[in-house]
Amino acid sequence: MGVLSFFASVLERDVLLAWRQRGDVLLGLMFFMLVATLFPLAVGPEPNGLLRIGPGVLWVAALLANLLALPRLFHGDWIDGSLEQLLLAPYPPSMMVAAKFAAHWLVTSLPLALAAPLLAIQYGLPLAQCLMLVASLLVGTPIITALGGIGAALTLGLRQGEVLLALLVLPLLAPVLIFGSGAVGAVAAGQSGMAELSLLAAMACTSVFFAPWLAAKALRLAIE
Amino acid sequence: MLQVQNLAAARGGRVLFSGLSFTLLAGQCLHVQGANGVGKTSLLKMLAGLSPSPVGRVSWQDKSYAEWGDDLGAQLHYLGHRDALKDTLSPLENLLIGARLHGVRLTEHTALQVLQRVGLACHADLPVRQLSQGQKRRATLARCLALPRPIWIMDEPWVGLDLAGQAELGAWIAAHLNSGGIAILTSHQLLPEQIPSVSILALHAPNAATAVPEAAWAC
Repeated sequence: MGVLSFFASVLERDVLLAWRQRGDVLLGLMFFMLVATLFPLAVGPEPNGLLRIGPGVLWVAALLANLLALPRLFHGDWIDGSLEQLLLAPYPPSMMVAAKFAAHWLVTSLPLALAAPLLAIQYGLPLAQCLMLVASLLVGTPIITALGGIGAALTLGLRQGEVLLALLVLPLLAPVLIFGSGAVGAVAAGQSGMAELSLLAAMACTSVFFAPWLAAKALRLAIE
Repeated sequence: MLQVQNLAAARGGRVLFSGLSFTLLAGQCLHVQGANGVGKTSLLKMLAGLSPSPVGRVSWQDKSYAEWGDDLGAQLHYLGHRDALKDTLSPLENLLIGARLHGVRLTEHTALQVLQRVGLACHADLPVRQLSQGQKRRATLARCLALPRPIWIMDEPWVGLDLAGQAELGAWIAAHLNSGGIAILTSHQLLPEQIPSVSILALHAPNAATAVPEAAWAC
């Protein structure tokens, strides 16, 4: 069995596990919807104001919802000892981590990105901006998973690890937020927004390429 | 042949053991003994390749662990304190997925046969969270029986098993040794008598590790 087949096995396993505990996945989605719904209530229903803050608010809500799910990435496997078995598998640990990232993104970030247009209606975003919002979330959220994944591996088993993880990762994710909401803002200003999206894609490629390797190193430390 | 040369472990700046050397030949079993906190689990994790040893060298079949790299996982079974089972999956799913992650594709028929051997045939489809502690341990042991690996490293494998289960585990380890495997175990009990050629390694706090040689291996 090759490395790719191993990747597929881990991915399949994690998606199956998430399916068995689909309540957890729904929690993140509901959190996203709730936060995004609270803003119009607090700010007031003035259409121009909502239109202006919409992209930023939706991106922040998506970021927080993703962050909320990050501790789950390795914690379950660490607590029941499966992580040791995963690291003992006769394949590169970074491949295992990459597969876990992919599964995490599929079950956590993808639903958020797909639910975003529904919430964008509350802010009266036009179709072009909705599409750019989905595109920027699809390209940007892998960065959250990848950088957050390193943080999740580093804070594994620490007391108050979840809070530490948020403090560790949020500053690093500022560029993602800037370019993500910036892409939607550019569309609103009549530009294409492709420049921001391309930068986001470049960041995604780099982080997805290096993060699994770094996270695997951190996991080795966590199980010692 | 598993060769350990001059191994040491430290935790929190305190040396647990140092200068540990031994050789295990095919068919031999090492029983690691010692009080709580002397580093039995640390030693086992090092021997499983899960934590690197700061000094010393461990080699299997004349290749050091560093040379084995990722392939080392295909040479050994490590059974820790925790069962490494997913609560929401059944023992059958746990076994099939666990085998696949180790690069082995078991048929459902084979997997069911193994589960029957460990006495879980009637519970193969129940979620693991509904099983008792001893049944969970049996489900974990099923992985060791399903995938042949020359090195078995087991941390307190008897914990949680009923009397019949303890005897069965003794028989499985004996069969593993008789077929040329090696086993490294920790246990606060005496090992069952049917396990052949047991050597005892007694770890002592704080700095001296003494081995009481019984067979053809030396310190």
